[in-house]
Amino acid sequence: MITEAVEERENYLNASYGIKSWLLTKDHKRIALLYLHTITFFFFLGGIFATLIRLELLTPKGDLVSADTYAKLFTLHGVIMIFFFLIPSIPATLGNFFLPMMIGAKDLAFPRINLLSWYLLVIGGCFAMYAMLAGGVDTGWTFYVPYSTNYSNTYVVATGLGIFIAGFSSILTGLNFIVTVHRMRAPGMTWFRLPLFVWANYATALIQVLGTPVIAITLVLLIGERTLHIGIFDPARGGDPVLFQHLFWFYSHPAVYIMVLPAMGVISELVSVFSKKPIFGYRVVAFSSVAIAVLGFLVWGHHLFVSGQSVYAGLVFSFLSYFVAIPSAIKVFNWTATLHKGSISFATPMLYAFGFIGLFTVGGLTGLFVACLGVDVHVHDTYFVIAHFHYIMVGGTLMAYLGGLHYWWPKMSGRMYPEGWAKLSALVIYLGFNLTFFPQFILGYLGMPRRYWTYPDEFQVLHVMSTAGASVLAVGYLMPLIYFMWSLRYGAIAGPNPWGATGLEWQTASPPPAHNFEETPVVTTEAYDYAALAAMEEAKVG
Amino acid sequence: MDSHTETAALREQFETPGQQKEISTLGMWIFLVTEIMFFGGLFLAYAIYRREFAGAFAVASNTLDVVVGAVNTAVLLCSSFTMVLAVRAAQIGSRKALIWFLILTILLGGVFLGVKAYEWNLKFEEHHVPGPSFHLEGTAEQGPAQLFFSLYFTMTGLHALHMVVGEGLMLFLLWQAYAGKYSPSYYTPVDVGGLYWHFVDIIWIFLFPLLYLIARHQH
Repeated sequence: MITEAVEERENYLNASYGIKSWLLTKDHKRIALLYLHTITFFFFLGGIFATLIRLELLTPKGDLVSADTYAKLFTLHGVIMIFFFLIPSIPATLGNFFLPMMIGAKDLAFPRINLLSWYLLVIGGCFAMYAMLAGGVDTGWTFYVPYSTNYSNTYVVATGLGIFIAGFSSILTGLNFIVTVHRMRAPGMTWFRLPLFVWANYATALIQVLGTPVIAITLVLLIGERTLHIGIFDPARGGDPVLFQHLFWFYSHPAVYIMVLPAMGVISELVSVFSKKPIFGYRVVAFSSVAIAVLGFLVWGHHLFVSGQSVYAGLVFSFLSYFVAIPSAIKVFNWTATLHKGSISFATPMLYAFGFIGLFTVGGLTGLFVACLGVDVHVHDTYFVIAHFHYIMVGGTLMAYLGGLHYWWPKMSGRMYPEGWAKLSALVIYLGFNLTFFPQFILGYLGMPRRYWTYPDEFQVLHVMSTAGASVLAVGYLMPLIYFMWSLRYGAIAGPNPWGATGLEWQTASPPPAHNFEETPVVTTEAYDYAALAAMEEAKVG
Repeated sequence: MDSHTETAALREQFETPGQQKEISTLGMWIFLVTEIMFFGGLFLAYAIYRREFAGAFAVASNTLDVVVGAVNTAVLLCSSFTMVLAVRAAQIGSRKALIWFLILTILLGGVFLGVKAYEWNLKFEEHHVPGPSFHLEGTAEQGPAQLFFSLYFTMTGLHALHMVVGEGLMLFLLWQAYAGKYSPSYYTPVDVGGLYWHFVDIIWIFLFPLLYLIARHQH
C-alpha cells in the first residue's frame, strides 16, 4: 500500500515522460541525472584504458601493446578521467541535484545555461572520442610543447578542442553555482547556515570561473601553434615552451582542487550525519574551503621544478605549496574531532568517508614530499607522483563521490540500495585501491619512471601487485553499477529522511517534487542542528 | 498591463522580477570575469615577450597605422555611447529610440570590424603575417618580430570574434525590441547585452595602447 502511494505521488521523475522531456529539461535534478549517466560512461571508458595499461605492465617486456599504443592509452586515460569524469563528477551531479535543494531554492539561477553546460560536456566528449577512434593522441594529458605542437602525429587538435568545449561546461556550472548561492537562498538561510557541501561547491565554482578560461586560451594558443604556427611557444622565433607549462598549470593545479574540494564537502556532510553531531569548528571548515581555492592559485610552479624554472621561483612555489597543507589538515582534524563522542553509524556512506579520510591523508602527506624541492627532483616523473595524485583523485574524490552517491541515492531514486552489497563493495574498493597504488609509491621511490611500457625485471613483483589490485578495484566499481540499477526496482522504499539528516533536501519527499519543495522553506536553525531536528519531529508526532 | 508583462517575463525559478534582474546582471558580471582571465593569458604572453624583445617589438609596433587605430578606437567608444543611450531608452520605455540606438550601435560595430579587416588585409600585403614569407624592415630579429604579429593577430582576432558575437546579440535585441518585448519593467536583456558590449570595448581600450602606442616616440 505504501509502495503504491509513493509511485502515484508526482515527483521530478514522473512529472513528464518521453525522451524530449529529458533532453530539453530545465530541471536541475534531471540535468544532474543526465550528467550522472554521461560521467558514468566516461568513467568506465577511462577505466578500460586503465585496465589495458595495467595489463601491459604485468610483465617487464612490452608484449601486449606497442610503445606508441601505450602512450595513447595513458593519454586517453588521463584526458577522459580528468576532463570528462573528475572535473564534472561531484559538482555536476551531486552539486547540481542538491545545491539548490540545500539552500531551499526551486532551481539553479540559470536552468537553461545548466542544460547548455551538459550539452557542452557531451559535445566536448564527442570531439575527444572522435580523436580516440580516429587514431588517438599520445602527448599525455598535459600536452607539453614542443612535442604536442611540432612532433606528435596524433589527434592533438581534436582532443584540445574537446577539452576547450568541455571547459565551458565547467565554467557555466561554476557561474551558475556562484549566482545561485548569492541570490537564491531561502529566507533565513544565511551564509553561516549553509551546509558545508554548499561552501565547498562555492569555493570550487570560484576556481572553475577564474581558472578554466586560462586553460581555454592555452588550448587556443596550442591549436594555433599546431595549425597556423603562430610561434608563441616556439623557441625558433623566441617563443618559450616553459610559458606553456606556466599557463597550463595555472589552471591544471587549481583543477586538482576543483576535483577534491567538492569531495571534502561531501565528507563534511557524511561525517556529521553519521556521527549525529554538528561539524566541529563549522566556520573554520567553511573558510578552509575558500582558503584552499585561493592558495591553489599560488602554487602551480611546483610542477615546473625540473623545467629550468629559476631556483628562486622554485623556492617560492615550494614554500607556498606547503601552505595548502594547513587548510587541508584543518579539515581532517575537524572531521576527526567531530567523530569524538559522536553516535557513530557504520553505514556505507560513512565507510566511504572513513576511506576518504585515510586515503586523502596519505595523498596529502605525500604531497608534502613532492612539494619539497629536493625530494621532488628525485621522484619527479616517477610512479611516486602517479601514486600521490591517485591517492588524491581516486582515493579522495572518487571515494567521496561514491560515498555521496550512496548517501543521496535514496533521495534521488526514492529507494534504498542493498546495504550488505554496498558495504562489501566499499571494502573491496578500499582494499583494491591500496593494493593498486601503494606499491607505486615504492616503485617510484626506487626510480620507475612514469609513462614507460617496459621496465627492469626487479620491478615486476610490485607491478604484479598493482595489477592484481586494479582487478580487485574493477570488481569493486562494477558492483555499485549493478546494485544501484537493481535498487531502482527492488530497493526498499526510502522515505523522506532515512538517515535522520538535517539538510533541507531531507525535508521534502523522496524523490523530490519537480519544484523541490511544496512551499519555500524558512530556515531557523544552524546547519547540522540535530537537537532542533529531533524537537521538530517530536512536535510533529505530538 | 505592466504587471502582466512582468509575470510573463518572470521565469519560474525566481520569486520576483527584481531578483531576476539582479541575478541576470550578476551572471553577466561573472561571465565577464572569465573573459578577463581568458584574455589575461594573452596579456601575460604579450608582457613577457615585450620585455624580452623590446627592440623588435618597438619596430614591429611602429608599422601599425596609429591614425587608423585611433579612429577605430573613437568609433568603438561612440558605439558604447549609443549602447548606453539604448539602455536608457529601454529604461524610459521609448521603443523607437531603443530601436534607433541599437541600429546605430550595430552600424558602428560594423564600421569597426570593417576597418579591422582593412588593417588585417594590409598586413598580408606588407608581408607582416608570420610565416615563411614574413619580412620586417629595420630589425635583425625576424623571429621575435613575428611573435609580435602573432600576438597582434591573436589578440585583435579574438577581440573581433567577440565583436561579431556582440553584433549577433545586438541583432537579437533589435528583433526583440522591434517586437515590443521590452518595457521599463522588463529590459534586462538590453542591460546585460550592454554590459557585454562595454566589456568588449574595454578590451580594445587595452589592446590599442599595447599594440599601437608603446614605444612609438622612439621613431
